[in-house]
Amino acid sequence: MSSLQDMKIATEGQNRPKTPIYLDYQATTPTDPRVVEAMLPYFTTYFGNPHSRNHAYGWDAEKAVEKARAQVASIIGADEKEIIFTSGATESNNLALKGVAHFHKGKKNHVITVVTEHKCVLDSCRHLELEGFEVTYLPVQKNGLIDLEQLKATIRPDTCIVSVMAVNNEIGVIQPLAEIGKICRAAKVYFHTDAAQAVGKIPLNVEEMNIDLMSISGHKIYGPKGLGALYVRRKPRVRLEALIHGGGQERGMRSGTLPTPLCVGLGEACAIAQREMGAEAERLKTLRDRMYNKIREQLPEVYLNGDLDSRIPGNLNLSFAYVEGEGLMMGVKDIAVSSGSACTSASLEPSYVLRALGVEEELAHTSLRIGLGRFTSEQDVDYAVEHIVQAVQRLRSMSPLWEMAQEGIDIKSIQWAEH
Amino acid sequence: MSYSEKLIEHYENPRNVGALDKSDTSVGTGLVGAPACGDVMKLQIKVGADGRIEDAKFKTFGCGSAIASSSLATEWVKGKTLDEAEQIKNTMIAQHLSLPPVKIHCSVLAEDAIKAAIRDYREKHGEKPAEQAAE
Repeated sequence: MSSLQDMKIATEGQNRPKTPIYLDYQATTPTDPRVVEAMLPYFTTYFGNPHSRNHAYGWDAEKAVEKARAQVASIIGADEKEIIFTSGATESNNLALKGVAHFHKGKKNHVITVVTEHKCVLDSCRHLELEGFEVTYLPVQKNGLIDLEQLKATIRPDTCIVSVMAVNNEIGVIQPLAEIGKICRAAKVYFHTDAAQAVGKIPLNVEEMNIDLMSISGHKIYGPKGLGALYVRRKPRVRLEALIHGGGQERGMRSGTLPTPLCVGLGEACAIAQREMGAEAERLKTLRDRMYNKIREQLPEVYLNGDLDSRIPGNLNLSFAYVEGEGLMMGVKDIAVSSGSACTSASLEPSYVLRALGVEEELAHTSLRIGLGRFTSEQDVDYAVEHIVQAVQRLRSMSPLWEMAQEGIDIKSIQWAEH
Repeated sequence: MSYSEKLIEHYENPRNVGALDKSDTSVGTGLVGAPACGDVMKLQIKVGADGRIEDAKFKTFGCGSAIASSSLATEWVKGKTLDEAEQIKNTMIAQHLSLPPVKIHCSVLAEDAIKAAIRDYREKHGEKPAEQAAE
């Protein structure tokens, strides 16, 4: 079955959900119906170009965009003038890193980031290296968090920017942002954070945390795909070079006509998240703990990847020893999750994030990322647990590694032929 | 990954899952792959007095294609002589299951598992031809 549509047709009338239960909220989220409703008039009635200064169509659109900008600013404790709309967190991360590095090129040529960052940060850094910048990739500890002393020791007089993600997309761990901000401010180095997975899930405040640049994504917070934002501090002012040139919109940092409906959507998504964050975090944490505990009660040798305490409530990343992740996902096809297994990646390499934590390759292959979110119910969790447990038990019963482990054979003692 | 119906069917109803007694002289065991690479196959054959494979069992740690490839391999070796079983090629397995290109290595592993099991059996019988070795 190749698509959701096929799945709906094929399973109709059977005693199982018509579509798989969605537990992949770190990949993307559905747009909240309240967000869609707020967006709709801006496709038709208020379709004006927000940059048209000489008629009501433009004014209405501009008003909506500015309201959205204020809503985005509010959720991170920023001023609305400090929000730049972009096409998404990938563009925001590119703009923050390349924009700042390019502006300061010659005087400051050193960038610091972390090995577990999202590919768009790592790839932007690789690109800067090709241009002659020097990049330090900080390692992480076993729990996925960086060592602050190591960060301090890595900052040099020519360090321009430190980029550390707020929340990791695979393991959901929260980096110590306030502490990192303090270190960067004291060293007079810009602090950028990719907060795509953090906004709306944990409290963020750019003032209290001394954050100079922050990347925000629309579709990770029940807003539309295709829109994101970059917070760029005004006091003290962060200087950066634009990547996209044109009509000089967004204070010259990002040209192009703003997509009014998408801006309205991101604004509304932020407003809803800000209102509901406290209660929602509690609810998700209860569900997450329920899931984790139920799985552990029924299955031995399940390992949590990443810190449990410094973690967003909606994420579980578990290794089910002796069961390969892709094979496991096939066994739980009524549940939509993702895996750190090599077999699910184009490169046939297991997750670089899990490897960075020091998770052994054989365990990295057995991981599932389970993401809970706004539309996840207790019923969904129980259904998922039941199916995951069944599938793991079935696959372990046919795993030669499980068999060896039961016989007391140390898998590491065997001379494997790597292929 | 979009898989063929045949592959999904083998994954959901794998044939011949289990284990044979490794120490039995009529049993050959092949263990191939590596946990660090994400797939390990154990394939066992039991050779009858007539020199034909009368039973085969497997256990596999791996993705859906690896499980289906080994399931198919056990199905195909049954009833064959060792020389015949050695003729099973990975391309036949890949074709039968319509493996996607990135999964071809799973069929290679299944072929290797068959060969390893046959080799183990022959070693147990001092490299003698299967027919004479069977007791």
